[in-house]
Amino acid sequence: MNMVVCVKRVPDTAESEVHIDASGKDIDKSRLSFGINECDNYAVEEAIQIKERLGEGTVTVVSLGDKDSDEVIRMALAKGGDEAMRLEDDAFKGGDGLATAKALAAAIKGLEYDIVFTGALADDDGYAVVPAALGELLGVPHATYVKKVEILEPGKRAKVGRELEGGLMEFLEIDLPCVLGIQTGINEPRYASFKGIKQAAKKEIAVKSAADLGLNASEVGEAGSWAVLEKFTPPVVGEMAEILEGEPEETAAKLAAILKEKGLV
Amino acid sequence: MKDIFVLIEHRRGEMRDVSVEMLCGAAKLGGTVVAVLLGKDVDAFAEKAAGYADKVLYVNDPLFENYNSEAYQKALSALIKEHGPGLVLIGNTAQGVDLAPALAVELGASLLTDITALEMDGDKPKPTRTFYGGKLDAHFTMKDADLYILTVREATFTAEDPSKTGEIVKVDNPVTEDLSYRKFVEYVEPEVGEVDITQSTLLVGVGRGIREDKNMPVVEELAQALGADLAASRAVVDAGWLPSDRQVGISGKTVKPKLYLAVGISGAFQHVTGMKGSEVIVAINKDPDAPIFGIADYGIVDDLFKVVPKLTEKIKELKGA
Ligand SMILES: Cc1cc2nc3c(=O)[nH]c(=O)nc-3n(C[C@H](O)[C@H](O)[C@H](O)COP(=O)(O)OP(=O)(O)OC[C@H]3O[C@@H](n4cnc5c(N)ncnc54)[C@H](O)[C@@H]3O)c2cc1C
Repeated sequence: MNMVVCVKRVPDTAESEVHIDASGKDIDKSRLSFGINECDNYAVEEAIQIKERLGEGTVTVVSLGDKDSDEVIRMALAKGGDEAMRLEDDAFKGGDGLATAKALAAAIKGLEYDIVFTGALADDDGYAVVPAALGELLGVPHATYVKKVEILEPGKRAKVGRELEGGLMEFLEIDLPCVLGIQTGINEPRYASFKGIKQAAKKEIAVKSAADLGLNASEVGEAGSWAVLEKFTPPVVGEMAEILEGEPEETAAKLAAILKEKGLV
Repeated sequence: MKDIFVLIEHRRGEMRDVSVEMLCGAAKLGGTVVAVLLGKDVDAFAEKAAGYADKVLYVNDPLFENYNSEAYQKALSALIKEHGPGLVLIGNTAQGVDLAPALAVELGASLLTDITALEMDGDKPKPTRTFYGGKLDAHFTMKDADLYILTVREATFTAEDPSKTGEIVKVDNPVTEDLSYRKFVEYVEPEVGEVDITQSTLLVGVGRGIREDKNMPVVEELAQALGADLAASRAVVDAGWLPSDRQVGISGKTVKPKLYLAVGISGAFQHVTGMKGSEVIVAINKDPDAPIFGIADYGIVDDLFKVVPKLTEKIKELKGA
């Protein structure tokens, strides 16, 4: 079976300060570290595991992004990906979820595939639009928030489990080819081997522009998006926590005293 | 102003709260609010929705007994084409994200997902949503379109008492295609573990900040000293450091302990949904901008590996005394 995995390079903002830049519409990324979007990492692993289980097939890694994205693409290749394509064009910049899905669909349309894997959502914008939009654009069925994949008949049909609220799983059968949006926790992503990394460094990453994909600049990126980001602001929070100040010794003592006073200790 | 469609979400005999919230939010935007209900023998939901809507379009058909995004998409697109609403609100739920983007592509509609606030500029929405795991709010305008589809995060709007008596209009199922290319099989309940954290009085919630499995004793000892049970963020469960029945949040459990002590948890919306009802919330996190401090009552901004062992000591002292 031929599989495609869409991956995105995103900034890690969970542990760093996020500063709005001068434009008000972006953040200062100069001091942030970047890596593969969390659920995309699971999507890569799922594709490679299926290939290994079936003992045949290919995994093609596709990413929309600038040259820096090569780093996450190469990591996916190092783990067992076979080929790679990167979509880069000024025209792709500033796209919302639908515009991104359009570019990916144009790239994937020309490939032979049984399953297209994507992450369920991107950690930066959190849109969660690509899986379902991509399925519709490619004219194949889709399922997202997928946390279990079982191939019933290679190239024909799969059984997938979608994770719903409260951890309830919804199982469905789906015809291939299809698009699956993968949720975190579906598998245990591997680390790339040293040998894999060395081999991946030599692989070619095909770079495609909008024109290469037969796309008009007005269909993609900011021009092809419905949503216009006007500005970022710090979030409106209710009442902030009372922050206990001091060295660990003091803050721990203060907190212990509060818990005692509240009858929690 | 054109009509507003609100998709009623329900599963296994329960109508989800986000449906009523969206109906109440839509009522404040002006225009006629139309609840769209697809289901099998869910008359009670039609009546409930009528209390919040000007009209209820109710398709009663076995096809909708269990949710299937293909069936929903086909039915909704037919109803939208027939009735011509200007705005469609769908919950940003596991159902909604599986449905809305495909529906928007099919109809050539404008789409924004996971909105957390909404104003209107005539027929045009001006939504707000969050970016970077809740660290920023992003304010949007939308380009001109005939139809806007928005998915709405739960608790964006407030549910109020019913104040309308909308007409319930029964509609024939517009879907005739064979949908066997995507077929519902079954629901499977999450596994039940040894501890039911929904019953715990005291919880220590542990997040990715714990870094490695081998650091778990740091929080285990605190929990033991407090007599608390351990709960976790999804990141910790995904990594396999705690079993899935300990997960708090939208795809885990909803807990309401007397104390929720969040250690190394950033406070993503999906986590907070599951613990915001706790009586006292305490957060220990080294990042002063972590969203968890916006919901906590008390916070310590510091390295958990420095604070938690001290806290464990202090608790033990207090208990010993
Ligand atoms: C559909 C869907 C459903 C989801 N359901 C859930 C759910 O049910 N429950 C859930 O929890 N999440 C859920 N998530 C995931 C959620 O979005 C977050 O990714 C997750 O909650 C993050 O977990 P975390 O806070 O442990 O990790 P992170 O966001 O990575 O945060 C780690 C925190 O630890 C802090 N930290 C690091 N080191 C230290 C240190 N030494 N001392 C002190 N602090 C430190 C950092 O500052 C940071 O704030 C869901 C996501 C999706 C898309």
